[in-house]
Amino acid sequence: MHHVVVERWSRLDSFLHSLDARVKFGALLVFLIAVSTTPVTAQLAFGAYAVLLAVAALGSRLPLTGLLSRAALVLPFTGTFALMTWWAGNPERALALAEKSFLSGFAALLLIGTTPLTKLVAGLDSLGAPRALLLVIQFLYRYLFVISEEAQHMRMAASSRMGSAVGGRRMAAGAVGVLFARSSERAEGIYQAMLARGFQGHYPMAAPPSIMPRDAIFFASTLVFCAAVRFAL
Amino acid sequence: MTAVVEVRGLRFRYPDGTQALNGIDFTLRAGETVALFGANGSGKTTFVLHLNGLLTGEGFISICGEPLSKNNLAKIRAKVGMVFQDADEQLFLPTVLEDVAFGPANQGLSAQAANARAREMLDHVGMASALDKAPYHLSAGEKRRVALAGVLAMDPEILVLDEPTTFLDPPGRRDLVKLLKALPQAKLLATHDVSLAREIATRAVFFEKGKVAGEGPIDEIAERFNWTPEGT
Repeated sequence: MHHVVVERWSRLDSFLHSLDARVKFGALLVFLIAVSTTPVTAQLAFGAYAVLLAVAALGSRLPLTGLLSRAALVLPFTGTFALMTWWAGNPERALALAEKSFLSGFAALLLIGTTPLTKLVAGLDSLGAPRALLLVIQFLYRYLFVISEEAQHMRMAASSRMGSAVGGRRMAAGAVGVLFARSSERAEGIYQAMLARGFQGHYPMAAPPSIMPRDAIFFASTLVFCAAVRFAL
Repeated sequence: MTAVVEVRGLRFRYPDGTQALNGIDFTLRAGETVALFGANGSGKTTFVLHLNGLLTGEGFISICGEPLSKNNLAKIRAKVGMVFQDADEQLFLPTVLEDVAFGPANQGLSAQAANARAREMLDHVGMASALDKAPYHLSAGEKRRVALAGVLAMDPEILVLDEPTTFLDPPGRRDLVKLLKALPQAKLLATHDVSLAREIATRAVFFEKGKVAGEGPIDEIAERFNWTPEGT
């Protein structure tokens, strides 16, 4: 079975991978705030943010084309609004909208591509994020794999009977229905297995390790860079 | 020998009206291994799901002398280790180590102690080299051993295994049998695999339409209910 590429990325080894999850999350927040509050006319600032992300991407040792193509997944959504803004006679704002969404998507991807989910969730837990929300994130993540696996099994079974996985719209609709039923059954099984191992609605989080000097340096550098770009350019 | 599982008059009806269990009486003693035989839908899995409160029917269940109730589920679940038929349902965390540590962490062990316990159990089942692997990258036999480690890490007094040899190739099956034989816990196997039962179980119980239709030595039960691949 194929599995989510980002999950595989998060288990690689690099400078960015070795940083504390809380620090990376904090740096992401700083970056997102800076990007979102940058005036739409400050094109130079967007260039500087892109340079910062390029440096971080190099430090993550993740494949650049893979990062770019996945970050571009946000564009069909924000692109629609950007186009509407363009047609409304505000091309500058439209361009900035696309740039801001792409930069934000890329930065978020760098965080999840360099931090295993368990570490990210434990980090968020220690930062005081609501436990219920963290639990939902973990379930959602696990069940994404469940649905993906079920879909792959069904696709293989369909291909073996049709010679190709391509089917009509009716077949696709039927497959979605069956996929939902099967995934729901599988999810129920997983939940029962969790209960059997003493799960009581609260996932025990591992205590995150203490913040190292390099974590502090990384966060301070991001903060200084973002503030400088935001207010100077 | 002391009874570690005592079930009296257990009945259970699914919400769709299917009467899955119809008055089950059953005893499992310390150190004993019992095989549950029966056709698909005869109630074996429904029965074992009652032993740690995953399903709740009418009747009396006591585990290690303690009557099962809503108030002591956590305690009972620590005593009854359940290995599910489909290991993929049991292994849900991103790495083998995290998954095996899930049970001990739920029991209140610190992350460090839970991880140490998980490492010990993975070593015990011969999977110490897979600590950092993702469970979905393992073979069926390896997944089964990791699932077993996840349950053993909770230090249970009773092991319940639902179709433990499903999806296993002959070497995987052989390793599992060897491993199960060496475990001191009382064991309950819901299985169609008569040869597995012959290898590790001390007696068999035959389920039919939610009732115990017979119990006794493996070969006697298999013959009486015509329960062998060859038939008679």
